[in-house]
Parts: sequence; C-alpha cells; structure tokens
Amino acid sequence: MAVVGVLALQGSFNEHIAALRRLGVKGVEIRKPEQLQSVSSLIIPGGESTTMAKLAEYHNLFPALREFVEMGKPVWGTCAGLIFLANKATGQKTGGQKLVGGLDCTVHRNFFGSQIQSFEADLPVPELASKEGGPETFRGIFIRAPAILEAGPEVQVLADYPVPSNKFLDSDSFIEDKKKVAHKCGKVIVAVRQGNILGTAFHPELTADTRWHSYFIKMSNANVGEEASSSSLVPAEVDITSNQQPCSDLPIFQ
Amino acid sequence: MEGSGVVTVYGNGAITETKKSPFSVKVGLAQMLRGGVIMDVVNADQARVAEEAGACAVMALERVPADIRAQGGVARMSDPQLIKEIKQAVTIPVMAKARIGHFVEAQILEAIGIDYVDESEVLTLADEDNHINKHNFRIPFVCGCRNLGEALRRIREGAAMIRTKGEAGTGNIVEAVRHVRSVMGDIRVLRNMDDDEVFTFSKKIAAPYDLVMQTKQLGRLPVVHFAAGGVATPADAALMMQLGCDGVFVGSGVFKSGDPAKRARAIVQAVTHYSDPEVLAEVSCGLGEAMVGINLNDDKVERFANRSE
Repeated sequence: MAVVGVLALQGSFNEHIAALRRLGVKGVEIRKPEQLQSVSSLIIPGGESTTMAKLAEYHNLFPALREFVEMGKPVWGTCAGLIFLANKATGQKTGGQKLVGGLDCTVHRNFFGSQIQSFEADLPVPELASKEGGPETFRGIFIRAPAILEAGPEVQVLADYPVPSNKFLDSDSFIEDKKKVAHKCGKVIVAVRQGNILGTAFHPELTADTRWHSYFIKMSNANVGEEASSSSLVPAEVDITSNQQPCSDLPIFQ
Repeated sequence: MEGSGVVTVYGNGAITETKKSPFSVKVGLAQMLRGGVIMDVVNADQARVAEEAGACAVMALERVPADIRAQGGVARMSDPQLIKEIKQAVTIPVMAKARIGHFVEAQILEAIGIDYVDESEVLTLADEDNHINKHNFRIPFVCGCRNLGEALRRIREGAAMIRTKGEAGTGNIVEAVRHVRSVMGDIRVLRNMDDDEVFTFSKKIAAPYDLVMQTKQLGRLPVVHFAAGGVATPADAALMMQLGCDGVFVGSGVFKSGDPAKRARAIVQAVTHYSDPEVLAEVSCGLGEAMVGINLNDDKVERFANRSE
C-alpha cells in the first residue's frame, strides 16, 4: 500500500499519522523538498498557516509542493492546509503569505474568529456517507477555522455550514464587507474536492471518525493504480522521531 | 474528559453564539500549536517580528520576565489596550497572562477575545492557595508545572495545555530540563506500573486517579505539553523537543538578545528540525549576542517556579 506523506513543519501532523495508522496505512513526516519524491500522496495538516508558510519558505518547499500538486498527485489540506491549497486567500497577515494553490477557490483565513468562537458541529456529508458508509453527518471540529467564500465551477462541494447572520456582530475586528456578501446566502463551504485535491476547513484528524482519511486513501490508491507507484523510501529522520515518542498521539476527544 | 464540558458562568454579555466550549475544542487549538514556538512580545512591532519569523502564537505582555525579575514589584495582567493592539497587528493566536487565582483578570482577557490565557507564576500571585477554576471559562488556559502531579492537578482544574515552569527570565535552561525530565520520568515509571499500584501512586503525586490512569494509557499527558522558562538558543529549544515536549515558549530569550529577528527565526527552525543536527548547526551560526543568563545558585535569585503548587 502506498505511503502517505504528511507535511510536518508545524501543527497536527502527529494526529494525521495516528489516524492513518488506525487505518493500517503508513504516514511519513515530510520536512524537506527531497522527501516529497518518496511519497505518492500528501496531507497538509492543520496548524498556523502563517507559521507553516514561513517554514516552507525557509526550506524552499513551495516549488516542490507546487510541482507535486501540478503532477496531479492526491493532496489533502485540513484547515491551514486548505489555505495553502487555495488559489486565493483573504484575511492574511500584513504583507500576505505564500500559497501553493491548485484549488480554484477563495478562502477566508480565520473566518469564524478567534479561539473563543471555535466550535464543534455536525455537518451533513452526503458524498462521504455514500462512499464510506456510516452516519449521514460528520462531527467537524472548527478551530480558528477558515471557510471557502467562492468556489470555481470545477470544484465539488462536499460539505457546507450554515452561518447565522448575527455571527459576527460580536467580534468587531472580523467584520468585513466580503463576509457580509458570503453570509447573505446563509452558508459557507467547508469541504471541497477538485480532481485529486481535497480540502476541509475542519479537523478530521482530531476525531475518532476516520472516514475522511479512508476517503483520501482511496483517492490516492486510485491514482497509484494508474501510474505504477514509486519507491517507498522512508527518511531516516522519521525513524528517529518515532523511536523517541512511540505514543505521541494525542487522545481523541469526540 | 468529555464530562468536563464547560458550564458558562461568566461572560454572558459580549459573546452569545456558543453556549459552551467543549474541552476538545479547547485542547484542539493547543494541538494546532504543536511543533511551534510561542514568543513573548511587549508591543505590536515585536509581535510582527515574531509572526514574520514563524512563531505559531505570541504572548502579549507589558514586561518580559527578565524585566519583571530586574525591576521587582508586583507584576499584574497587561493593559487590555496593549493586548488589543497586539491582537490587531497579527493573524496568529494571541495569548496573555493572568495572575494565579485572579479569575477576574481572566474574565477580562476572555472578554477582549484573545485566544489563550496563561495562568502564570511569572506574575505575582493573587491567591496563594487556589488556582482559577478554569472550567468556568470558554477560553482555554495554559498552566505551568514542575512535575506530573502538578500538571494533572492543573488539568483537573480545566487547563487545556501544560507548560513546564522552568525559571522564566533567567536564560538558564537547567530548571526547564529538571521539570521536563521529572514529568517524562514519572510518565515512564507510570507506564510500567501495575494497575494495582496506580492508586497509591496517585496519592503520592497528589493527582486525581482518573487522570493518572488516562496518562498511563496514553503514555503522555492528556493535553499538549510545551516547554518554557529559560530557553535562549536554538539548541535549548531543540533539547526541549528531543526530551519529548510538543513545542516551546520563548520568553525573554528572543527580544533580550542582540538580533531578535534572526534568533526568532533560528529557534522556529530548530523546533521544526529538532532531530536534525545539521540543520541545527546551520541555524545556530552567527546569531549575535544571546540574552544575559542568570546563575541559579545565587540565593538572591527568586524562584518563580516555587510560587505555586
């Protein structure tokens, strides 16, 4: 079975690897451009997108990541990873941040506000439920989460979330005209797929429900079948870390 | 942990949209901070430098611990105006410190909408016996610890993230190493312990039995565990990571040094590549002067870590 790479610059990469392990799939940590050669699919985890963008820039990861996406290899971004994959992001820090791009949509960074506005919600996920079975809803954990404001015609919407119109009255600094436009229609998009790119604004790696991971692995297996997989070389560095912390997964809070 | 869902007692004014913030959401942000560096900043410019360097969060303060140590007096919560300015300057999460036991300071911090409260021994104590009952807040808390028992007591009080106390503002890593080793060592002992012995062990470390048992099963603290107190160089930061921490707080170490921007960037990279000596060597080169260190054998140095149990 193919090895799934997890971008391990910062954030919830351990949780993703743990979720993959529960499905019997090996996840390897990716920190350097050359390590991307050894994997056939990639997960960009949650974390601070600004931080991850900075770290990726220091180590010159952007060209390699863009190439990876352009080659049509399966890539999945959760939260910060979704921002990475979007063609356009708003609400960034002064001076902006670099994006990998590939997903034809506009993402608003930190759409739901600060930590105090973070929440859990049951999302209806018809596409996921039809492919993976299980209940019709998925428990999404939104932590300082982004949301997709606009999506191009080729983008398949997998889940959306209703936004109450009074949502932003409290957090003064977060009100922008764009948002008002976005929640005129009453909901924002929180999960999408475009070809081999999957994006979720919430964190499936923090829940025990592994359906999104299994959905993504099926995407990558379908892809590997087409192009006779590359070598599954595991970077030595990863072995060191896994020896040191054999049980570094955080508990799953549902 | 699920049972510890939060009942909102305070803060029924400003924010009306969520009735409660489950513990999982509180811990979730800490999980997003893993593998990152949280830096102390005293103004918006420093906050931007920290963000630019790749810090995953900033701690908004009026004085860094080294200055609190030097100037003495009572250290309190920072001016909310300052914290708001810092919050507006950056997009990364902003934390702020409240005094131990001072729950009204925490209410104020919750009201201005920051992302995390640090109930910190670096500030002067407000209550010598009791910590804040953190279950009463929707905002998550980070608390300091010196050993496993202290960490689990704080988690039972509702802390969603733990950091070692170390000895803030000294630039001396020795206490942080002692505290991390103590926590990790106790967890290793616990993992190899017979289930029958856990009751007495809980009594010995004065921690709730259920959390001790959960720690045993997980083989780690049930929340994210950062290192803090005395980190001054990229090597210090990587040492903390290799000892098993999930991330690092850097207090005075960055902005009390010769070239803050460069040092901040180096520490961020050291935490990401903590197990790669070549990268560590590369980022440690030419950082300019480190912060002045304080030798802890001097009796005149006050131990912040001993202020609370």
